[in-house]
Amino acid sequence: MNVIESGMGELIQTPDMNGFREWNRQKTRKLVDKRMTDQEAVARFVYDGCYIGTELYGTVRCPMTLVREVVRQGKKDLRVAGQGVTELDLWLAAGIVKALDLTYIGLEVYGTSNALRRAVESGQVEKVVEWSNGAISWRFKAASMGVPFIPVRSMLGTDTLRYSSAKVVECPFTGEKLALIPALILDVGLMHVHRADMYGNCQVEGITGFGVEFARACKRLIISAEEIVPNDEIRRYPDRTIVPYYLVDAVVHAPYGSHPGEMAYVYCRDEPEIKAWVQASETADGAQAYLKEWIHDLPDHESYVRKVGEERLGRLVEGRERRE
Amino acid sequence: MSQPDYNPTELLICSASRLMEDETTAFIGTGIPMLAASLAQRRQAPNLIPVFEFGGMGAILDDLPMAVGEARTFHRGLSASGICDTMETAARGFIDYGFLGGAQIDPFGNLNSTVIGPKHHPPKVRLPGSGGANDVGSLCWHTIIIIRHSRRTFVPRCDFLTTPGYLTGPGAREAAGLPPGTGPLYVVSTLALMGFDDKTKRMKLLATQPGVSVAQVVAETGFELLFADPIQSNPAPSTEELRILREEVDRQRLYI
Repeated sequence: MNVIESGMGELIQTPDMNGFREWNRQKTRKLVDKRMTDQEAVARFVYDGCYIGTELYGTVRCPMTLVREVVRQGKKDLRVAGQGVTELDLWLAAGIVKALDLTYIGLEVYGTSNALRRAVESGQVEKVVEWSNGAISWRFKAASMGVPFIPVRSMLGTDTLRYSSAKVVECPFTGEKLALIPALILDVGLMHVHRADMYGNCQVEGITGFGVEFARACKRLIISAEEIVPNDEIRRYPDRTIVPYYLVDAVVHAPYGSHPGEMAYVYCRDEPEIKAWVQASETADGAQAYLKEWIHDLPDHESYVRKVGEERLGRLVEGRERRE
Repeated sequence: MSQPDYNPTELLICSASRLMEDETTAFIGTGIPMLAASLAQRRQAPNLIPVFEFGGMGAILDDLPMAVGEARTFHRGLSASGICDTMETAARGFIDYGFLGGAQIDPFGNLNSTVIGPKHHPPKVRLPGSGGANDVGSLCWHTIIIIRHSRRTFVPRCDFLTTPGYLTGPGAREAAGLPPGTGPLYVVSTLALMGFDDKTKRMKLLATQPGVSVAQVVAETGFELLFADPIQSNPAPSTEELRILREEVDRQRLYI
């Protein structure tokens, strides 16, 4: 295939599909109990310099408990799939991100991310490679398909492509130009779900985001779940299982694990807490004070939930989206 | 002249909302497009199908989502799938419109939401990045850009071309490999409504917002605009539009 143009962004993670197959070959198919604490899961599977990603994003079904634990344990030099809101803000503020495949890091209605600005404008994040949200999702999809790249019709003609590691080729069937984007295999993925059994079979409610593709693109997958249910419960509704157990390495029970984000039909987002981060992160000192108060001064998820408090969580449950 | 009884955000919402057609599919982002879509569903477009990138399709926007993945983006929706599905739906030609914003726009409707300044890394100012904008700008049939009007935003050349408009002019999208027949249709700003000239694909002033002169639009635009003949006056938000917007769409005044 004739390569017409190559993006100048570095390929931060190589799409080694044969290596991925070999990796998956040795993963157990045994139905074993994978339940563990957030401390144990992060200590065992997240390592300095690993390529890591989170699903879905900051304020929506996001593995915030696991995200905070990564900060608490001082993991560093992370290479990150950068599609996020407050969760990646916490990592950027903690100074643990070395390289970003960046599609979007911002605060949605609250505007640009000051944590991103400080970390990138100072050069603390050493590498930034651009993508679109579609592209990063399709990169996961390529990995889940077991192929090293996927052709798409996004990013063409733009600086987003020039600063990515995509390539433009001539389609061997039609002669048209296509963008080829490399499969993205994550060393470690973090994902929060509505319910899982102890083996790691997972079900979610509402939109799936890029969860289906993401889970299949991970060498290690840590699941946190609102609820741990018996295997029988999963077997009653197998059509709802979007992540089968053999993809999963750890299952962490984390009720309110997406706080201050929402969990569809369970609780709504905690607007004052999200605003508290928006305000705190305006300055570097403010961000550090927030990390101290909400991460370093709390030993675990339980103490976090206690600090948020039953009354406030009750209000979030009350404000949830309901099926009408 | 008397002070208008609406603010610039309300003006943008009402102007954008009128461009939304019934029984069409439209990619909707957070903020102004969402309010405009909710207003349109209550007026001329009850069967407007909002598509939110993370999977919400066909929601009834009774309450305003604060995020593109929030449960309200599929409240009484037609489907709740995922981002590959929504983006692939656009890639197959099923999404009619996409609503976009940005920090900079150039004469061809190209948008920047990545960095300000000449250098990519480390940049002078780091913005959030493409998000879904590049996909929306590449794959929807038409995009409608909603943006505040000033010389800082309307620039001769974007510092970084995040999302494709007409790139360098006629035929450039197709030459780059983007699907034929696509591209920006309108730009709705605080000062004007603009379109794109068929021949040159350059931005063209179609109408001024209430109380705004053509000279003002020209003064606040950092490049040469083409002019429709005649240049129309975009009607002010009506009492009815404002009532619905304030009493129904955003009753908690989260945005307006």
